[in-house]
Amino acid sequence: MDKLGIYVVPVAVLLMVAFGVVRRVPVFDTFVEGAKEGLQSCFSILPTLVGLIMAVTMLNASGALELLASFLAPVATFLGIPADVLPLALIKPVSGSGATALLTQIFAKDGPDSFAGRVASVMAGSTETTFYCIAVYYGAVQIKKTRHTIPAALIADLTAFFVAGLAVRLFFGT
Amino acid sequence: MLNKVWAAMIAVSVFCALATGRMQQLSEAVLAGAGNAVQLIFGMMGMMCAWTGLMKIADAGGLTAILSRLLAPVLRRLFPAYPPESPAAKAICMNITANLLGLGNAATPMGLAAMKEMAAQNRGSHVADNSMVMFVVLNTASLQLIPTFMGTLRAQYGSAAPFDILPAVWMVSAIALVAGLLAAKLLEGCSIG
Repeated sequence: MDKLGIYVVPVAVLLMVAFGVVRRVPVFDTFVEGAKEGLQSCFSILPTLVGLIMAVTMLNASGALELLASFLAPVATFLGIPADVLPLALIKPVSGSGATALLTQIFAKDGPDSFAGRVASVMAGSTETTFYCIAVYYGAVQIKKTRHTIPAALIADLTAFFVAGLAVRLFFGT
Repeated sequence: MLNKVWAAMIAVSVFCALATGRMQQLSEAVLAGAGNAVQLIFGMMGMMCAWTGLMKIADAGGLTAILSRLLAPVLRRLFPAYPPESPAAKAICMNITANLLGLGNAATPMGLAAMKEMAAQNRGSHVADNSMVMFVVLNTASLQLIPTFMGTLRAQYGSAAPFDILPAVWMVSAIALVAGLLAAKLLEGCSIG
């Protein structure tokens, strides 16, 4: 599986460019146009990220995150998830940038290729910011009663968190 | 919501540092944290632009139209209330395709268009109907085929193969998505909220 991973990026890039050429897309012009959008979205998340990374770095330096992690350690062990990753599971449905801030902490501390780093990556990569999404979509059409939306969406999130540890073990061992 | 969480995070860290005698580290963290965020974004900018550029090529080449056609049979089952030619079904298709390609900027407007079409069918009621719930649950699950932001972040922190997690991400996303959709279907009869 490790070997498969190194092919994903070059092959994806080749396929996308070849596809564009076949379809007579002005590939470079279109690339530049899309890159501009990427640049804009980087700038637009920067202020949020400054605020949240500052707060998470503070939490970490104060020892509060370790305290929370050790408090949640029995739950984590039960789920087969590293204790460091549990705060991520709590914040991901509420805040995407908050999750990014926690991810950077885990990557800096354990490394992105450690077991904890991989479980965190899979967790964050396979879920969305559930509450933000619900608020935006229903808010736009003035729906007040969301019925079973939140339970169903949270069941999906919980499933992802539960299976993330298993999946990393399956593909990488421990 | 985030306003309170953020304030609480700051307050908790200060009290916790006071209790554990880590004021020195905390005061360094305040300054370092803000700087780290800027370093992170600047380090990632190149890769982010490269990915959004490539996605744009795929989109301009008509990949969106191809995926929409492939998705139609699945969507007919999930949204039986909307025939494939209806404006709502078309918007739903475009939204899901944009999500698959990770075109966040395109996915949200398409999703809101789909919600507006469904709300019109729902006669402006304040209660979500089954199709709306199904659609929102689908959007709260991660459908992105190549999580470019995650890969970029991993590369930024020195991962040897930032995208080697992809098979695991796909597996977990698929399982979570099925769980969410099943839950949405099964809970239709219950009267929660």
